[in-house]
This record gives sequence, structure tokens and C-alpha cells, in this order.
Amino acid sequence: MSMDEISAQMPLLVFLVIGTLAVASSILVVAMRNPVHSALFLLLTFLCVAVLFVIKSAEFVAAVQVLVYAGGIMVLFLFVVMLINYRHLPEDRVLSKVWLGGIGVGLAVFVLFFSLVRNGAYADQAPDAAKKLSTVSESYLTQHPSDPSKLVRRTRDRENRNAEAVGMALYRDYLVPFEVVSLFLLVAMIGAIVIGKRELSSEEEESTPQFILERAEVEKEVKESMSA
Amino acid sequence: MLSGTLFAVGLIGVIVRRNMITVLMCIELMLNAVNINLVAFSHRLADLQGQVFAVFVITVAAGEAAVGLAIIIQLYRMRSTVNVDEVKTLHG
Repeated sequence: MSMDEISAQMPLLVFLVIGTLAVASSILVVAMRNPVHSALFLLLTFLCVAVLFVIKSAEFVAAVQVLVYAGGIMVLFLFVVMLINYRHLPEDRVLSKVWLGGIGVGLAVFVLFFSLVRNGAYADQAPDAAKKLSTVSESYLTQHPSDPSKLVRRTRDRENRNAEAVGMALYRDYLVPFEVVSLFLLVAMIGAIVIGKRELSSEEEESTPQFILERAEVEKEVKESMSA
Repeated sequence: MLSGTLFAVGLIGVIVRRNMITVLMCIELMLNAVNINLVAFSHRLADLQGQVFAVFVITVAAGEAAVGLAIIIQLYRMRSTVNVDEVKTLHG
């Protein structure tokens, strides 16, 4: 096998190895007893998925995946695992009462997806996959030839423009969904702060204004009525 | 194919595990599987929409994780448990 053939087979080889690794570590996420181990295998899965994104010439999504998932969400998970002292919890049974049904439903969904992929409209191999690999972002840019932005023309001779193309799509065609998502993030942040807030201690109560104290009272009543 | 496998593993995890943190991790796993599917079809159809939607899905996953973990922390303070089966106040 010549060097060119090997490099042509490279994406498939990497896909097989990384895909197997991703599935194995995701199974370990479910199977691990210790939540910290689960979180670390989840990190491995996220990194494998990022590599798969790079193979599919989605470099921007891969970068966002690493930053948001591996950076943000994993730190959040590990923080919560450390905050909640799981060793003090009585963990006699790891599995839920409905574990048999759960595995059944999961296997049924797996068989469904498997048959879909095998017999569906996209079952055949893409005819010009190698060509598309290098032109996926280019095809988007050429769809908008009347673009007034000079930035595009200046960087047109650059090798990789995936991030640029995604940015163009995100800020022009999907501007309204983008703003809605940013609003959603704001709402999620406020919600997380309000939910995660703890009750005030006595020395804090002396220095806080009256309306906050009244609100804390109301919250306490609501919580008591919920836990009663 | 890989996406389906990952999604199925995540789904099994959501239903099977009792620890709430692990359940949340499995939800993230499912969202990631959807992302793989979106990016794969974006590549296959030479269309960029799939990648844009993958970015949106990642954003929603981040928000969902933040709110979910806040709920878990509050629940742990109130009940000192993170067990799914023991939380049934809303059970009617």
C-alpha cells in the first residue's frame, strides 16, 4: 500500500478507533459506581466526539465542544460531585427499580436507529465524500456571492474557513435564533442562581435590607410547605 | 450509527441509574449523540445548517446542565439525597 492510499484511508481509520473509544467510555460513564470516575469518562467521550467533529470538517463546532463541554460543563459537574459528599450517601443499590425496562427501551431504540441507518435514504456511501470534505465551508461562502463584507474577500485564499462560514451563518441567517439562545442563557443563569441560593445566616440577616428578608421568609415558607 | 449507539447508551443510563448526577451526565451524552448526527449530516449534505444547530444544541446543553445541577444542589440541601427514586413529592 502506497503512502497516498494510507493517507486516504486515514479518516476512516481514525473514525473507527475514536468512535470505538467514544462508545466504550460512554458505556463506562453509565457503568461506573463513583460519580467522579463517571465524570472523567464523560470528559474522554467529549474529547473523542470533538475529534470526530474535526474529521467531519467541523472545526468550529469541535472547538466549541472542547471549550464548553470539556471546559465548562465538566468543571460544573466535578464541582457538584465534590460539593455533594457522595460517600456519606447510602449507596447500597446503584441501579434504579426499573433497570430492566430501561435496558429494554435502550436496546429497542438502538435497534430502531440501526435499522434506520442500514435501510434509510442515506444508507449508501457518499459518492464524493472526499471532495465534500474540503469544500463544505467553501460551498456556503459561494452561496452568497453578493456579500458586501470585505472580510470574506480578504481571507478567501486562506486554507480553512470553517469558523468563518459558521460565523457568517450564525450572525446573518440565524441572527434571531442566536439572540433567542443568548436570552435563554441569561434565563438559565438567573434560574440557576435563584435555585442554588442558600438561606441567609443570622449575621447576614442583620446587614441585609428589609425587602430581601421578607423574600427569604416567603421562600422559607414555600420550601417548608414543599418538604412537609 | 455511532450516534445511535451513543444515544442508546445515554438513554439506558438515564433510566437505569439512581444517582441524579449520573442521570444528568447521561442526558449530556444523548445531546452529544444528537450533535454527532447533526455534524455528520451537515458534512454529508455539504450544508452548514447542521453545524449551526450543533452550536445551538451545545448552548442549550450548557444551560440545562447549569439549571439541573443547581436543582440537584438545592435538593441535596433539603433532603440530603441525590437519589432519583426517593424524590417523589410531586407524585400526586
